Amino acid sequence: MTVHAHPAPHVLGEQYQSLEQQHATAEFGMWIFLATEVMLFGGLFIAYTVYRIVYPDGFAEGSRHLDLAIAAPNTAVLIVSSLTMALAVRTAQLGERRKTTWYLIATMVLGVVFMVLKGVEYYQHFLEGMVPGLAWTYAGPDANAVQLFFVAYFSMTGLHAIHLLIAIGIVCVCVLLARRGAYLPPERHTSLEMVGLYWHFVDMIWTVLLPLLYLFGFHP
Amino acid sequence: MSTLALPVRRRTYIDVNYGIRSWLLTTDHKRIGILYLLSITLMFFVGGGAATIMRLELLSPSGALMDSETYNKLFTMHGVVMVWFFLIPSIPSVLGNFIVPLMLGARDLAFPRLNLLSWYIYVLGAAFTLWALIDGGVDTGWTFYTPFSTSASTTSVVTVAIGIFIVGFSSILTGLNFIVSIHHLRAPGLTWFRLPLFLWSMYATSIILVLATPVLGITLLLLAVERIARVGFFDPALGGDPLLFQNMFWFYSHPAVYIMILPGMGVVSEVIATFARKPVFGYTMVAMCSVAIAVLGFLVWGHHLFVAGISAHAALVFSILSYLVAIPSAIKVFNWTATLHRGAITLNTPLLYALGFIGLFTMGGLTGLYLASLGIDVQVHDTFFVVAHFHYIMVGGMVTGYMAGLHYWWPKITGRMYSEMWGRIAAMIIFIGFNLTFFPQYILGYMGMPRRYHIYPPDFQMLNVFSTAGASILAIGYVLPLIYLLASLRSGKVAGPNPWDATGLEWQTSSPPPKHNFQETPMVTGPPYDYERRVASR
Repeated sequence: MTVHAHPAPHVLGEQYQSLEQQHATAEFGMWIFLATEVMLFGGLFIAYTVYRIVYPDGFAEGSRHLDLAIAAPNTAVLIVSSLTMALAVRTAQLGERRKTTWYLIATMVLGVVFMVLKGVEYYQHFLEGMVPGLAWTYAGPDANAVQLFFVAYFSMTGLHAIHLLIAIGIVCVCVLLARRGAYLPPERHTSLEMVGLYWHFVDMIWTVLLPLLYLFGFHP
Repeated sequence: MSTLALPVRRRTYIDVNYGIRSWLLTTDHKRIGILYLLSITLMFFVGGGAATIMRLELLSPSGALMDSETYNKLFTMHGVVMVWFFLIPSIPSVLGNFIVPLMLGARDLAFPRLNLLSWYIYVLGAAFTLWALIDGGVDTGWTFYTPFSTSASTTSVVTVAIGIFIVGFSSILTGLNFIVSIHHLRAPGLTWFRLPLFLWSMYATSIILVLATPVLGITLLLLAVERIARVGFFDPALGGDPLLFQNMFWFYSHPAVYIMILPGMGVVSEVIATFARKPVFGYTMVAMCSVAIAVLGFLVWGHHLFVAGISAHAALVFSILSYLVAIPSAIKVFNWTATLHRGAITLNTPLLYALGFIGLFTMGGLTGLYLASLGIDVQVHDTFFVVAHFHYIMVGGMVTGYMAGLHYWWPKITGRMYSEMWGRIAAMIIFIGFNLTFFPQYILGYMGMPRRYHIYPPDFQMLNVFSTAGASILAIGYVLPLIYLLASLRSGKVAGPNPWDATGLEWQTSSPPPKHNFQETPMVTGPPYDYERRVASR
């Protein structure tokens, strides 16, 4: 009898010849998806850039109304979540089911912490009357341009928050899957790796938003 | 042993299993192609119906049939439905879905479940749009220019914007699937420069789908938010710039014009090679021109803003860049003509459509150059000249290309031949009807008749009557294929695997193909369109 080294059929999709092909395909597809996400945020970045050039003073003024005391620790939270996500993928590649599960839980919790802190920040804006369309009472210098800045701020951080919420939901599913051993044997970790790419992307967007929105008007 | 040999009938993708569930939950690219075919055909007749009523209204200069409100809603709905729910998914999602894996020698697309998801997303987006239609319609035009769309219009702008936002994801998923499949699922020996030109055009189209559609998504999202929150980026009261909306909208919508022509070019390349029995002249150049059009297409959006207020320098640059697009387009036209030169031509229905494509696309393209030039654009901007121009590209080009492809691959899709006689008659009717409808609009526009008005000076009536007469001929031309193609399912001749004696992997499997396309993975050993070697080896 000859032994075929063919993987179990439910691991290998029927349109593929090999696991390597399947993995390469998934990874390439994910990168293209992330390219579409860059273009999605790109629309916001371009709008932001246009108005920042037209209204430099108003945008600097708006930026000074943001609270770096929340954003700075929040940035740290997200960066650490990227680390735990990377570790979750690595342990899945090594087949360490328990560690994978815990790292995923840590990632999820850090994501939730970010959302809570972000919510606190939004609530402060609301109390200060700095939410365009909902509660806007600011009447200082460059009021219109400051309002445009806050439109940009809420659009950009809002779209980011929606992405993070989706990412948290997906990681939540991954926790359940990891517990059940869905990423065992290690050849089956591909989907988790793709979730990891998405998570890192969402983090990366934040690291661009931070200087654009918070640091731009910041003078200690 | 008995020598009685019963013909072994292999199961095709159509009868591998039955029932509505087996279709609605299928991940087979061929079945998904059929689902798309049914849905876009429905949308085509919805959009076509709106156009028919508009043409009837324009029979008389005084607006006898309706008021301007209704007319505004009709042309908006016509544009929205035809652009996003028919033209953009037409060749990619129907023919591309069906043919791309077959041409690649693959068992399916790279992500079959995403492919099914893309159809459901399409249906959801279409449902939103049709709901808005029932709910009273939209009057902004398909371009949704601000600030009218954000503050003045009282119609269902948000519903339609959401519908288009949703359907965008369907485009993105289809494009993503094609790019990944063409990269990773090519059969052994199928190198990049052995790919049929249809695949090159699908690849170029997919690049645009993937990179441009998200920008439309965010633009419409900002529009919807601004309409709901009453404050936003495009609000002039805050010092916001409505022109920014136009820039962002056309950053998508101009490349989208190439989504609505490149696939047609791919079909025409296939059809011409098959029916001239020659390899496509300058294969590499034609392939590269597809990519060049996709790339240049991203750099020309500003020519929609010539009279809207952009700087003279920007206008000049956009004008020159727009002229550049003519180069790869012209190369294609010349190469198709050169392919036909001294070919062994059979004038079958697909070739009739392909020839129509070449002529109509050339006219549409050349008048595009008029519009790209800064002087003439001021004269004909927002007139029927523009309407005629883009209908020559989108209907004369893309719809004709779609019809060519539908007839060309119909035997592969269904296993039956359509009636060649009726096919030729319909192709001729469409060609005549199309020109009678849209050629007078060039003249009308040149004479100064603006678009998007339900009344016009009586001097323009004669040409409008011609146009409406043409539209009714065109309508007959589009209903005919519906009848004889459906009839062919029952009474058509059995096609066999390769009725056109064509090259290309899709013709090497049975018609209709089995569920996983090929009994064994095909090997490719030579260039595409190898008709000369095929003749020599006989």
